Amino acid sequence: MTSPGTTGTTGSSEHTDEPGPAAGGARRARAPRPRWRWSSVAAALALPVVLLAVWQAAASSGAYSTAQLPPPLSVLSALGELAGDGSLWTHIGISVQRVIIGFAAGAGLGFLLGAVVGLSARVRAFVAPSVAALRAVPSLAWVPLLVLWLGIGEGPKITLVAIGSFFPVYTTISAALAHADAHLVEVGRAYGLRGGELLGRIMLPSVAPAIFSGLRLGLAQGWLFLVAAELIASSMGLGFLLTDSQNTGRTDILLMAILLLAALGKLCDVVLGLVEKRVLRFHK
Amino acid sequence: MTITTAPAGVSLRGVGRAFGDHVVLRDIDLDIAPGEVVALLGASGCGKSTLLRMVGGLDTATSGTVRVDGHDVTGIDPRCAVVFQEPRLLPWRTLAGNVALGLPRDLPRNQRDSESRQWLGEVELQGFADHRPRQVSGGMAQRTALARALARKPGVLLLDEPFAALDALTRLRMQDLVEDVQRRSGTTVILVTHDVDEALKLADRVVLLGGAPTGVSVVLDVPGDRPRDHHQPELAALRSELLAGLGVPRRTPLERETHAR
Repeated sequence: MTSPGTTGTTGSSEHTDEPGPAAGGARRARAPRPRWRWSSVAAALALPVVLLAVWQAAASSGAYSTAQLPPPLSVLSALGELAGDGSLWTHIGISVQRVIIGFAAGAGLGFLLGAVVGLSARVRAFVAPSVAALRAVPSLAWVPLLVLWLGIGEGPKITLVAIGSFFPVYTTISAALAHADAHLVEVGRAYGLRGGELLGRIMLPSVAPAIFSGLRLGLAQGWLFLVAAELIASSMGLGFLLTDSQNTGRTDILLMAILLLAALGKLCDVVLGLVEKRVLRFHK
Repeated sequence: MTITTAPAGVSLRGVGRAFGDHVVLRDIDLDIAPGEVVALLGASGCGKSTLLRMVGGLDTATSGTVRVDGHDVTGIDPRCAVVFQEPRLLPWRTLAGNVALGLPRDLPRNQRDSESRQWLGEVELQGFADHRPRQVSGGMAQRTALARALARKPGVLLLDEPFAALDALTRLRMQDLVEDVQRRSGTTVILVTHDVDEALKLADRVVLLGGAPTGVSVVLDVPGDRPRDHHQPELAALRSELLAGLGVPRRTPLERETHAR
């Protein structure tokens, strides 16, 4: 490098400048790694299997009536029963539809308002305290008002899911943007980026990990609020299945609905987690 | 590819900067000719980086005027490009993608990539265009930051202690690279440093900043053509003077000899 004609020394820099300790590991990270970690899958399934065994033992011990605690197999047959007459798919379908539409609307609004509040100290001063106060309202408290204003159709249910999804997304994005990496933002400014370009090319990518954790929290809270919405004034959906089975004494369907909610919530999180992994593969 | 730029002159007139009641810089007068390499030397926290940032439009003077090429600096200046102490690369972009940040915005997409790679070649990183910042060493990351600045074809290249965080060997290589790039592009360079030898090696003139609030205490011409070996005997007296100005007096070899007799 001390010679004046430095441009001629093509490729010599690999030898003149040792790559840091990260380089070797990073090259390994670039290789495809389809290897499933079976041990972690087995570890994750261990507890459910134990709980299933305890459940079976408790149900067959005679300490509880089948109306209180039906055995696992009767819950499975309830699943088969509802799947057989097709009503299972209707309930799951309508619930998933409400969550997706409500989440899209709530997360979208949360993203927009979070971005504005995160970027402008003035807007934050006016808006943030009121939003924080609204956030403290419990999900069920919204239901009577939404029914009064929006009737008993899809409107109030989707709106409640949207409210649930809105707050985690809004909170994480406004906080993350307010504390975006000042060094990178300054580089963006120094290289002529302003306004929307600075936001899109530097600030949002730099807070992408926070955006994803906000989205995942928002989706989870969307499912929580969905059940609140479907418990009241509905005739379809997994939340409706909970109240309906309670009223008709079908504890097997009640337990099945709970397990389905857990499974669907987890499935949604896994899907979003896969998207996150893909999008953030080059982040630190 | 030619890396020749149109070097710009810089002129500071009565420049001061205060943060609230706290005055950091006062009455700085300085003229830098097009193509000149000037080192701003001073103790930590004396405001030399602030001065550099005002030339680049990242900071605004509270008094006086900053002019580049005869035009007042108002906001981020397209004629300037900054290299910071840290590489500050975007971790989600490749090295080529990071360099592209310095290219003109209206450049067609297919040209952006090829030009980015050419600029990476200028800092001897042609084989690393598709690497991510975390995959390369600190020295390579800093060279990428230099390529990003060069891609802007700046009239004034602003270097804010760009070698301070590098190990000694990498620092020497970077100094050689900057010297080489400057000679081939002819760009004006303002280098902020607290390393006296670095200043004597790279600069045509050394501006020693000092006092509280900081002003220009000494401006020294460095004799001899670049690239310079800072062990040249005629630089010893300059080094002593600068170190004394920084508050760490050292004897020159000549003084040591006479003292021993």
